[in-house]
Amino acid sequence: MRALTWHGKHDVRVDTVDDPEILNPRDCIIKVTSTAICGSDLHLYDGFIPTMQSGDILGHEFMGEVVETGPKSTLKKGQRVVVPFTIACGSCYHCGKHQYSACDNGLPADNQDIAQELYGQPMSGLFGYSHMTGGYAGGQAEYVRVPFSDVGPIVIPDGVEDDKVLFLSDILPTGWQAAENAQIEPGDTIAVWGCGPVGLFAVQSAFLMGAERVIAIDHFPHRLELAKKFGAETINFEKSAVYEALMEMTGGIGPDACIDSVGLEAHGFFVDNVLDQIKKSTFLGTDRIHANRQAILACRKGGRISMPAVYGGFVDKWPLGAFMEKGLTLKTGQTHVQHYMPALLNAILEGKIDSDFLISHRLPLEQAPQGYKMFHDNQNEVTKVVLKPGLAAESSIAAE
Amino acid sequence: MSEIRDARTDDAPASSAKDRHVRDEATDQLVDAKGDHVVGRAVTINKPAAELFAYFRDFSKLSSFMENVVRVDILDGSRSHWVVKAPAGKTVEWDARITEERAGELIAWVSEDGADIANSGRIEFRDAGARGTVVTATIAYDPPAGTIGKLVAKLFQREPAIQARRDLRRFKQLMETGEIATSSRTKAQLEEEKA
Repeated sequence: MRALTWHGKHDVRVDTVDDPEILNPRDCIIKVTSTAICGSDLHLYDGFIPTMQSGDILGHEFMGEVVETGPKSTLKKGQRVVVPFTIACGSCYHCGKHQYSACDNGLPADNQDIAQELYGQPMSGLFGYSHMTGGYAGGQAEYVRVPFSDVGPIVIPDGVEDDKVLFLSDILPTGWQAAENAQIEPGDTIAVWGCGPVGLFAVQSAFLMGAERVIAIDHFPHRLELAKKFGAETINFEKSAVYEALMEMTGGIGPDACIDSVGLEAHGFFVDNVLDQIKKSTFLGTDRIHANRQAILACRKGGRISMPAVYGGFVDKWPLGAFMEKGLTLKTGQTHVQHYMPALLNAILEGKIDSDFLISHRLPLEQAPQGYKMFHDNQNEVTKVVLKPGLAAESSIAAE
Repeated sequence: MSEIRDARTDDAPASSAKDRHVRDEATDQLVDAKGDHVVGRAVTINKPAAELFAYFRDFSKLSSFMENVVRVDILDGSRSHWVVKAPAGKTVEWDARITEERAGELIAWVSEDGADIANSGRIEFRDAGARGTVVTATIAYDPPAGTIGKLVAKLFQREPAIQARRDLRRFKQLMETGEIATSSRTKAQLEEEKA
């Protein structure tokens, strides 16, 4: 089959590799019909995530048609399914509590050592996201082996197009969980750092959960426009001082909850950010946390910080004192995708959530490397690239 | 020798003691010590103790999750013959005898004379209520002398704690999910991984 493989920083290629096979009783194989490039794939593309190996197949947002099933799979050939990016068994203690991304059994036993050393306990497996998260082949390919197919994938009714439901795999539940973690109360003002896909879904989710105002912060004008479309007020951090703006806009109180959906590659020419970047390049630190610092300082006293953003390792100059003195609460974590999928599928079918507005480009799988470059170089115009393995190689469709 | 820890102020299990002698003494109390000592690991498995004990007690099934075990032949009710992978494509063998057994609670064994690697161990199953069962493995072993012995020691001395931890994780996966997680894509890759 053809698959998008990683070979190093800014080096991804479409290669021919062996087709996947059923290896465990609960497996299924799906033929991928749509698969997206995630903002977090850019962390891999930029070489920020350790334990990648040359030849690794990327991609954790995908859906397709079931073409083969193991004896314990509950799926049937021909069904269309969206696959959660978190690989969880459904039968351990954590899955029982619907903390799917904390599944005990999603990672192969040997791969658990790295995560145990770094984080204290191993987490669930993830598709296409380094060997620390299991080394599973990802979905930017013609076929994928899906473990635990009896508890992960959600079946999509006939007649619902891929683009409407594809983002159930990651960014829609991630945006939803971000808003849930912000513990929104009616009348609240919520600030969202980063108007990428997760941030924009968090904006929609926050309003659905009763937020009175949502203030979205970014520097890409097109992304700020999208946030406005969903009713958010906006701050362009290149034109305005974020803390001052937030304090003015909230009558000197600060937002009730702050959502950091930026993560370890924060942009912006700020002293702390430049220092973080120098440290990263000299191996003295790893993550750039400018947005997170801003969120803690701006948040109202006793408020909440929700952090869907991906961080990989250690940070410097994290304002722990402000965090403590102000009595803030922080909730974070990889998304418990399986927990949210059924309700969010219903919300899409009922038209409560606009789920396909993000897609700016549709490309054949063969053009995936161009897709990565476009997404990386032009984050203003390129909001989401969806790869269609079935699409003829020469055709590409830019939305609108 | 080390001082015995003050149990009034430190409830941490002896297996986590910073002083090696404390760890060794604790091991001695648990198993028929055979040379060098390793205190194993605990894992919580979301299944009743009786079910876990029953699977474990059939030693012929142990190779399904113990990576280095090639096979275990049952000789009689309390004796078994073990064939275990060693470096350089070799294997080591021994006969083991069960020294203590309480259904649903514990199994302890010791290798008999003539073992390539003298060893002893104890697996305990402790009811953990709604969370299932805490399974604790304690293993002691004595690497043989000679060139092969050095090779074996290299494998076993450096790795036994890691190996025990990984084996327990695989046991947990098999019991909780009915399979052992793999990120291989093809049967050929899976075979290579197991080899």
